[in-house]
Amino acid sequence: MSVLTVESLHKTYTTDRGGVHAVEDVSFTVEDGRFYTLLGPSGCGKTTTLRCLAGLERPQGGVIRLDDTVLSGDGRFVPAFDRDIGMVFQSYAIWPHMTVFDNVAFPLRVGRERPSSAEVKRRVEEALALVGLEGLEDRPAPQLSGGQQQRLALARALVRSPKLLLLDEPLSNLDAKLRERMRIELRELQRRLRITTVYVTHDQSEALFLSHRIAVMQSGRIVQEASPRDIYAQPSSPFVADFVGLGTFLQGEATAGGVRALGAVVRCALPADLAPGMPALLVVRPESVRVHGAPSDAPNVFAGTLRVAAFLGDHLDCLVQLEGALIRARAHPGTQLRRGQSVWVELPPAECVAVRDDGWRPRAVTDRMGDED
Amino acid sequence: MRGARRALPARPGSGIIVPALAALLLLLLTAVPVATLVMGSLQIEGRPGFTTANYEHVYSDPRTYRLLLNSFLYAVGTSILAIGLGTSLAFIVERTNVPFRRGFFAVTLVPLIVPGIVSTIAWIYLASGRIGVLNRGLMAALGLESPPFEVFSLLGMVWTEGLHLSPLVFLVMVGAMRAMDPALEEAAMTSGARPLRTLRVVTLPVLVPALAAAALIMFIRGLESFEVPALLGLPAEVPVITSEIYFALRTYPQDYGLAGALGVGLLLVSAVGVWSYGRLTRRAERFATITGKGYRPRIVELGRWRWVAFVYILVYLLVVVVLPFLVLLFVSLVPFYIPSLDMLQKLTLQHYVTVFEHPDTLRAVRNSFVLALSSATITMALTAVIAWIVVRTTLPGRRVLDLLAFLPIGIPGLVLAVAIIFELINFPIPIYGTLAILVIAYVTRYLPYGMRTSTAAMVQLHRELEEAAAVSGASWATSFRRIVVPLLWPSLVAGWIYVFVVSVRELSSSVLLVSHDSTVLSFLILDLQQSGQSNAVAALSVMLVLSLVVIVGLAQRASGRFGVKEG
Repeated sequence: MSVLTVESLHKTYTTDRGGVHAVEDVSFTVEDGRFYTLLGPSGCGKTTTLRCLAGLERPQGGVIRLDDTVLSGDGRFVPAFDRDIGMVFQSYAIWPHMTVFDNVAFPLRVGRERPSSAEVKRRVEEALALVGLEGLEDRPAPQLSGGQQQRLALARALVRSPKLLLLDEPLSNLDAKLRERMRIELRELQRRLRITTVYVTHDQSEALFLSHRIAVMQSGRIVQEASPRDIYAQPSSPFVADFVGLGTFLQGEATAGGVRALGAVVRCALPADLAPGMPALLVVRPESVRVHGAPSDAPNVFAGTLRVAAFLGDHLDCLVQLEGALIRARAHPGTQLRRGQSVWVELPPAECVAVRDDGWRPRAVTDRMGDED
Repeated sequence: MRGARRALPARPGSGIIVPALAALLLLLLTAVPVATLVMGSLQIEGRPGFTTANYEHVYSDPRTYRLLLNSFLYAVGTSILAIGLGTSLAFIVERTNVPFRRGFFAVTLVPLIVPGIVSTIAWIYLASGRIGVLNRGLMAALGLESPPFEVFSLLGMVWTEGLHLSPLVFLVMVGAMRAMDPALEEAAMTSGARPLRTLRVVTLPVLVPALAAAALIMFIRGLESFEVPALLGLPAEVPVITSEIYFALRTYPQDYGLAGALGVGLLLVSAVGVWSYGRLTRRAERFATITGKGYRPRIVELGRWRWVAFVYILVYLLVVVVLPFLVLLFVSLVPFYIPSLDMLQKLTLQHYVTVFEHPDTLRAVRNSFVLALSSATITMALTAVIAWIVVRTTLPGRRVLDLLAFLPIGIPGLVLAVAIIFELINFPIPIYGTLAILVIAYVTRYLPYGMRTSTAAMVQLHRELEEAAAVSGASWATSFRRIVVPLLWPSLVAGWIYVFVVSVRELSSSVLLVSHDSTVLSFLILDLQQSGQSNAVAALSVMLVLSLVVIVGLAQRASGRFGVKEG
């Protein structure tokens, strides 16, 4: 049983280049055996938070607890080497002067428990088998491929059976195919070992795929924490909505039963913090949009012109010009649609998400719209 | 990457001619002198045909083995001292929270600018048993009977040369530490290793290849060094190979056969060093840490040891920078040298006047400046082209070019001068004693440094930038001039500044190659020292060091980055 608790963590520092990295008032709890992800763009404070958990940075405030032990805070600071953790670094940090075996055996040999050498051998082999590297024990570490180094780093982090596993963007240096495979393996491994895990990434699909819970960070703070499904379906702000998926943002005003946009009232559920009369953004995910060749009686149907219909194998990527907005839609690849024809888009009320308009705008979206007008 | 290399452009023209000329020039500068040296050592002046008589003569003499042993001990000692000092400094300045670390960085590099002849003379005044200031001071202060230091000894030689070379080690190790991924240490710490254990089990082993490479280079530099053996070794009766070669050619009748046979011997020893260095660095390249990526090093919190480290650096700077400079300043300002503070009441500028009135001074200044300018320019231009051939083409001989350009690192300056003299004996045009001959020697000596800078920069340059120029219709020359050179510019300037400085410092080749008309500053200092005008020497040294510091400072400011690099 290992529960990680973080209470109002603070950390500010200036880099050599003058950039300020900050973590402000970050609090969260990772339940036993859960996979918890800190998700955000670069500079949001996610890596700094993770390094505070590892003991590689000393926070200026807040409390970090692993089970009943205070790791940091209340005037205490347990250094990295005295924490019961395993960590995988973005660069893997495989020691180039050691063999595969020595790399994995290192935490057992320097740690406090010091098992016998037969026990070390057994546990190293076990750890290597977990990640599928059995038989490579005597290989010099630099001779491994990128994917193998990644597995080796994971084996090294797991060999002590630590209470807490920390992963700092471990998949970002792999090519796309390998990344895909490793994240399946990582997910299976974590679910099987039920090791309490904190994962840092800027890749939303990785976060959605791997996690039990996701905390989205922005400028040093956690702006939303929820399950993958809820983060995607009920983003709390335009920033979160944009960061965890594609979508068209429609500017409007909250009103009873929906959002006033597209020259009508788009019907949808309003979140608790959105009262009628407040500025709102309607987030329309491409896969929620249905494109029809003929008018329909369903609610939230709008007439438009098909600007782009590109075949992408598993779907048809469409851009539809409505009155005052360009909407992205994913249609079935078999749909017969021609560029320039009249279409009717349906925005099913259950799948439309309204968020309070806090003035934040995704740069990519405005650019994209500008390009295609 | 290997498969993506390409051969030279198919269209003949500048793309063939310029690189071909550069390769030919490289051959003339490196392989030919070595071959001539070997041939010359197999001949006896005035007699036709080849003979091994010189070798039999030299290598049957037990004295030769004493020289070799001295050279070896001196080079090993120098290397150990330089490595110990340079590495500890690099660690403190680069990796710890020692106070004022940024300021130290610049000051630590000042000794790089100081010519070896100047620092050697300074150490005579500081630690000679008879007249050394430190000896006199300590004897008076502690009531000692005999002087505690003696610079005229093997130990004194090691001390002087080791201090002189330590900033080079500092630079190499700072580079190695910056190239090391801090996550390697962090991974050890999150695995449960305490800081000292991390240092021992991870940090040091990862740095070992860089350390060993630096040690070998220092060993070679020790073997070939000339100033210390000539000024300290000869009076101390600790002759080494270089001082013996110098002696053979400076006394009448000049014994070219002896110089040649000794030169080849020295060349062989240092070739072994270079060969091991090559093997070692190739192995180091296989270490995944050497990625050419820059990291923000992890700062080690020293706690109360912070101030101990601070004092250590202060003492180092005192010994390497402040004391040598102060003693020279003192000598240059007193009417005659007596190691006593009473002399401070008799300060005079007369020696500065003497220096300016000396008939050779202005010529030496002009020659040194012209030589430094032209050597730096030619070296960087040549190595830029050679680096392009080595990095960009698939020519079968490109590895040989790389090797040839590195070869001079193992040719002691004195031996190179002997080789050039051998070449000139049969040369139809009388260029002995001209500046041209010195330019040839300097360019040859500094090819490895130019090559290192150029290659490192060329590797970073994506080949598609040139290919884009080619498909836009640019010829090789245009693409090189308009694309490659401008993108390499910062590195080329850095290399240029370095070659400029070391050319002004150069003595070990110049000493055999200068004539009355082509005298240079470093030789003038040696000449004045040997004719007993020690106060004038000090005055000249002070002015030389100050102007070099100013020139390098200005050049760096102009180029906007630190310009000193060394392999």
